[in-house]
Amino acid sequence: MIRFTHVGKQYPKGDPALDDVSFHVNRGEFVFLTGPSGAGKSTILKLIYVDTRPTYGEVRVAGQSSVTMSARQIPALRRRLGVVFQDFQLLEDRTAEQNVAFALEVTGTPPTQIGPRVARVLTQVGLAAKATALPHELSGGEQQRVAIARALVNDPLVLLADEPTGNLDTRTTRGIFQLLRDVNARGTAVLMATHDLALVKSLDFRTLELNQGRLVYDSGAQRHTTADELDRPGAGPDVRDGDAP
Amino acid sequence: MNLALREALRAFRRAPMLSALSVTTIAFSLFAFGLFGLVALNLGSALAQIEERVEVRAFIASGTSPEATAAVVGDVGSFPEVASVRFVSEVQALDRARRELGEFEDVFEAGILPASIEVRLRDGFRDPESVRSVSKRLEVYDFIDDIRYGEEWVEKVYRLRNIATAAGLSLGLIFALVAIIIISSTIRMAILARSREIRIMRLVGATNQFIRGPFLIDGFLKGLLGGLVALLLTWVTFEFVGQYVVQATFFGTRLAVVGVLAGALIGLLGSAVSVGRHLGKV
Ligand SMILES: Nc1ncnc2c1ncn2[C@@H]1O[C@H](COP(=O)(O)OP(=O)(O)OP(=O)(O)O)[C@@H](O)[C@H]1O
Ligand SMILES: [Mg+2]
Repeated sequence: MIRFTHVGKQYPKGDPALDDVSFHVNRGEFVFLTGPSGAGKSTILKLIYVDTRPTYGEVRVAGQSSVTMSARQIPALRRRLGVVFQDFQLLEDRTAEQNVAFALEVTGTPPTQIGPRVARVLTQVGLAAKATALPHELSGGEQQRVAIARALVNDPLVLLADEPTGNLDTRTTRGIFQLLRDVNARGTAVLMATHDLALVKSLDFRTLELNQGRLVYDSGAQRHTTADELDRPGAGPDVRDGDAP
Repeated sequence: MNLALREALRAFRRAPMLSALSVTTIAFSLFAFGLFGLVALNLGSALAQIEERVEVRAFIASGTSPEATAAVVGDVGSFPEVASVRFVSEVQALDRARRELGEFEDVFEAGILPASIEVRLRDGFRDPESVRSVSKRLEVYDFIDDIRYGEEWVEKVYRLRNIATAAGLSLGLIFALVAIIIISSTIRMAILARSREIRIMRLVGATNQFIRGPFLIDGFLKGLLGGLVALLLTWVTFEFVGQYVVQATFFGTRLAVVGVLAGALIGLLGSAVSVGRHLGKV
């Protein structure tokens, strides 16, 4: 579903941010993206949601290739992805439910569908009781739940999380992480960039480790090319990548 | 569209100071433009009135037969440059002089003032060149004694009008340019203030076209409001000047509507350019 093939990224200044990175992520996987600051974690996520394009190589996401995709096709691709950040990126003048509804409104969802769908995801992230609270009336963990609800409301194929717990204390972190696991259990792939090595090591999840733009370790490189991974239930034929091995 | 309008109105509510600044900027730019336009309009109409008085007067030797005079009047009336020809007899000339200089009426005696024909020229033929050419053709008649058309005066008015037109156009252009620059930078500020919103919209997959909508409506409404305020300011100033300084004419309804719509258009274009630039950056 996500495939990087010899991808390099060079920003106008400095050393290469990514250097010959290849990996792929299947539907429904949970993957950690680790590495020291400046290793290129955020850059990988940006390449996936096409905030930027690779300098060389190819990034394929949900059947779209970074080589052939036009700017006009980007919005349609982003509707199939959910993205959350360390700083939540909520609109301060809108309530929790308005923030979530915003994602549906701006993608032209029929108004009658918006209310029920917003209520459903807010319940899923455990914030139904705070639907009408403004962001500044919510704790950091609650704000991140709103952001996750917004990312989920379009039923994405994959949730991209860039240090989603970076601003949160240990207990809140555990709660958010549990939520991401629940999301994953319902079939949504999760790609999570994190500094939290304790968290990564405590779990036997697939881990991609970057260092200075190079992919230095992929714990699941072998395992995830097996046939039973590709055929796991929930991987509908409509979303199967044309280039899946 | 409904949603776009709602988002546009939300911008007004959320950033009232910035919105007021945008409207004020547009209003004052258009106000300056309006005052300038008012001066140009009144100067233009004053000059046009003066120009209308341009006429060629040919004095007729006494004793010329009425038939000959009538023939000249007919001939001259068919010149393409000529709007009207009027014969003024000796008696009429005397009457007029007495009327215009009432207190000296005794000074005038019959026979002092010669008969004449007064030739008025069509619009567009009041320049020195045409005036001279018409008077040349009048000289041909040998019973015409003298021709006057105030050479110097005609040239002066004509030159003044040319200068006024050129100055008006270039000043107006500069004004419009400055207004557009100021307005688009206030709009750019408004967009920067909402860049977070734009970023999130893009992130969740809103199309550029969709993102643009509320900003265009926002710019249009601010421009429209600015235009109305400018019209009001101009009108108040006009009334004030009319009362204490000099009577003048105001814009007609059509010009006023055009001015307000120009404000709306500037707001719309300013928004389109700024948001386009902002969206282009990826
Ligand atoms: N927009 C940009 N322009 C120029 N250089 C950039 C840009 N974004 C990232 N970089 C550079 O690319 C490299 C990788 O950055 P990236 O943000 O991907 O790292 P990261 O692994 O997410 O780091 P962190 O853990 O601190 O978030 C860094 O050297 C960074 O300075
Ligand atoms: Mg980062």
